Amino acid sequence: MSLRILAVDDSRTMRDMIRLALVEAGFEVHLAEDGIHGLEVMDAVNPQVIITDINMPRMDGFGFIEAVRAREDYKGVPILTLTTESATELKQRARDAGATGWIVKPFNKEKLISIIHRVAA
Amino acid sequence: MDTMDEIRETFFLECEDLLQDLETGLTAIRDGDRDPEKVNSVFRAVHSIKGGAGAFALNDLVRFAHKFETTLDEVRAGRLEPQTDLVALFLRSADFLADLVASAQSGDQVDGEQIDHLISELESFIDSDNAAPSAENFVFEPIALDFSLDFDAPPPPPAEDGDWRITISPHENLFARGNDSVMLLRALRLLGDYSVTCDWSDLFFLDHMDCEKSYLKWSLTMPAMVTETAIREVFEFVEDECDLKIERTAVSSAPRPAPVETQTPSKPALAASPQALHEDSDHGPSTAASADANGKDAGKAPKATVRVELDRVDRLINLIGELVINQSMLSQAVFDAGFPPNSPLAGGLDEFKQLTRDIQESVMSIRAQPVKPLFQRMSRIVREASNATRKDVRLVTEGESTEVDKIVIERLSDPLTHMIRNAVDHGLESREKREAAGKPREGVVRLSAMHRSGRVIIEVSDDGAGINRPRVRQIAIEKGLISADEQLTDGEIDNLLFMPGFSTASEVSNLSGRGVGMDVVKKSIQALGGRVSIVSVPGQGSSFIISLPLTLAILDGMVVRIAGQTTIIPLTDIVETLKPKPEDIHYLSTEGQVVFIRGAFVPLVDVGATLGYRAPLTKVDNQIVVLTQTEDSALSALLVDEIFDQRQVVIKGLEENYGSVPGIAAATILGDGRIALILDVDRIVSRKSMTADLSEAA
Amino acid sequence: MHDKNETPPMNENKFISFTISGQTFCVDIMAVREIRGWAKPTPIPHSPSYVCGVINLRGTVLPIVDLGARLGMPSTDPTPSNVTIVVQIGEQLIGLVVEAVSDILSLKDSILQPTPEIASETSKAFFKSLVALEGNMIRVIDLTTLAPAAQMSTAA
Repeated sequence: MSLRILAVDDSRTMRDMIRLALVEAGFEVHLAEDGIHGLEVMDAVNPQVIITDINMPRMDGFGFIEAVRAREDYKGVPILTLTTESATELKQRARDAGATGWIVKPFNKEKLISIIHRVAA
Repeated sequence: MDTMDEIRETFFLECEDLLQDLETGLTAIRDGDRDPEKVNSVFRAVHSIKGGAGAFALNDLVRFAHKFETTLDEVRAGRLEPQTDLVALFLRSADFLADLVASAQSGDQVDGEQIDHLISELESFIDSDNAAPSAENFVFEPIALDFSLDFDAPPPPPAEDGDWRITISPHENLFARGNDSVMLLRALRLLGDYSVTCDWSDLFFLDHMDCEKSYLKWSLTMPAMVTETAIREVFEFVEDECDLKIERTAVSSAPRPAPVETQTPSKPALAASPQALHEDSDHGPSTAASADANGKDAGKAPKATVRVELDRVDRLINLIGELVINQSMLSQAVFDAGFPPNSPLAGGLDEFKQLTRDIQESVMSIRAQPVKPLFQRMSRIVREASNATRKDVRLVTEGESTEVDKIVIERLSDPLTHMIRNAVDHGLESREKREAAGKPREGVVRLSAMHRSGRVIIEVSDDGAGINRPRVRQIAIEKGLISADEQLTDGEIDNLLFMPGFSTASEVSNLSGRGVGMDVVKKSIQALGGRVSIVSVPGQGSSFIISLPLTLAILDGMVVRIAGQTTIIPLTDIVETLKPKPEDIHYLSTEGQVVFIRGAFVPLVDVGATLGYRAPLTKVDNQIVVLTQTEDSALSALLVDEIFDQRQVVIKGLEENYGSVPGIAAATILGDGRIALILDVDRIVSRKSMTADLSEAA
Repeated sequence: MHDKNETPPMNENKFISFTISGQTFCVDIMAVREIRGWAKPTPIPHSPSYVCGVINLRGTVLPIVDLGARLGMPSTDPTPSNVTIVVQIGEQLIGLVVEAVSDILSLKDSILQPTPEIASETSKAFFKSLVALEGNMIRVIDLTTLAPAAQMSTAA
């Protein structure tokens, strides 16, 4: 059974890229445009891994992660943040919010997949 | 199309939007908007462009976007004030970013010097002492997304190193962020076979166990060939959530510990997983073939918009147009058949009419787009023009949400660009002159859009010196456009600007000399079925007013007969209709007749003669007067033979297959299937422009 | 006009031939969209004399040109017995009023003769080439010379 992944990013390009990479690797991919949309899609698809951008309109990545972690049924779901830099400050804030790990943009497909396998099967 | 090409296309499409957001945000900030979300959205736009550009290894774009973003981040973090000069630099950077995107798309070379120059300008604002640490020591290295690479083969084993011994003691809260030691072990398994022991001594008191906490400790032995980096990478996310020891055992001395106590609760999954993962990577290339099908499924989820070719929308619009005509034919037939208005048939037909109209409006709205992007492009033109002319200019835009047909927006870009440049170059005075005239140094160019009586009005105005009429006149005489003794009204002098070959630029500035005159502007606007007029007040400025039809829209019209021809007069232009008494009609001269209506003399227009349908009437006899007034013209009395009806008609362009016709705005199809022409009242009543158009045509 | 060198890839083309005042003309069949009966056009103000007006062709405003008059022959008032050939010239659709459509011809390139130099300016302007067929001279009309929109409205 393929892993259900929710990817939240306000950039269409990024969403397309994530989708392409993950679908090719056999994952089931669902996409959302920002935190609020992400929460909606999450309820609909019940993802096993969540990937989220940080800087997004309406509800940013931190808010989204906190909202996910606040949900009893999503406490243990791995959440990976997408960051453009290995900025430690951002990573720490994401961790404080409850992120499992991070993916540095731009990513290559293998890296993305191996990181996902590091947090979920 | 190749999938990566598609994403690339998506990227450039997205860039357009992002660049627009960037410009909107920066303009708002320049105008004093201090909402933190504004800075945020600006930052986000640059950030997203950089992110996408990185994936396509558009290195120049990434390099510049990164520096731009870093400086914006300083503002976002409150370490930098968005002062005027900084925001101006941001706006220039935004323009340049747009150039970089454009050249990335076309594959053109970019001016490396300009990048460096702007980057150093941006850097000059970053105080290295205060700058965020991430901005200081960070080098952004784009990694192109490479989908063809196979999984990297493990590097050859380093010589003579011992096996790895790894001990993991997760903290209690390891699970809190979604990490899981089982996953870690599984990821390690990908690096190489290992033996593992589990220490579950902490699980001793099962009744105290909190299943959200981690109690197990692990010891592993990994083959020597695995690199430390690879191992550390696996623990990248849990460094702070477990005690981790990674060390090499002495060369060939360590006896392999027997796998004892590996029977942990999660063991079955553990045993199965490496194999499963191995299969996954084997499937890598073969699943690629089915990626398309999967992609389609996955693509359904996110967005409630569809991209549709314009052609398809147009086909739909044409069909709806047919439907409207068909409906009116049907109505006519029902009416002719003598059904009473309250019959079920007539009632149903009314509903049909309403539905048709609703459909038509919704379909039209698909094509309609706000003028905002067009206006936003103009702010760049203003910036460039103000730099080139060394004038301080502020562009004020109004009515950005006004919706106009997409094609109109596209074709308006060039004329508008030229008019804006003109306003800055010729309209506004130099700083010195403005100050001498007691005006603020900063000139204002105003660009506005609105809907008015079924047309779109776009106005470009400046608060400059107004048209220098004596000079315009002088130039026109010099160029032989008018004779030296010709008497012209102010309005006529202003209109000389639209004459082919006229250019007021006596010195060729950076902006003029582009080979486009106002005559070309006028032509392109006329080609859209529009008109352009000038209002200028000496010392106060000039306005160029473009009036455009909402192409393909429905028009409420009065159906009349003029010299035997069924003709439509737009209802918006009509004030009233009346039948004049013969004694109210006065002959001013051989051609000019006026009709006395409610205490005023209104010029009488013999439309049939103006359109060349017949010779001018020598005597008004039994005709009806349609009193019209438009935004451009005063009250006029149009002579018609008969009034039939008022109804909605679908506007059909004459331009596509024929060309523009003086005095005729467009055509429509009547209930009987025949074509009726729609009058362009402004042109009909302004005899001067009718004659000018005709002589121009000849 | 000047495109005599543009030899089509195929060396045989199909043409529709028709008559005006007893003379035979033809146009490339590829440009012909349809042939229809006469419908009374709505006159267009200030149009050239050879423009009869416009008709409704399934929602499209179709200009109707009296082809005879356009080619410099005496203009006749078209009657219901006339036929309209709807041709596409570039992006434009135009209806050409002719007397009657006579035939579909398959003509080899080799029998198409260039319009002779001695021909009148009108002939050289409008005709691509001439064909002698069964003792008749058929003029091949160069459709591109027939009134693109811009020219038509300003040709008055």
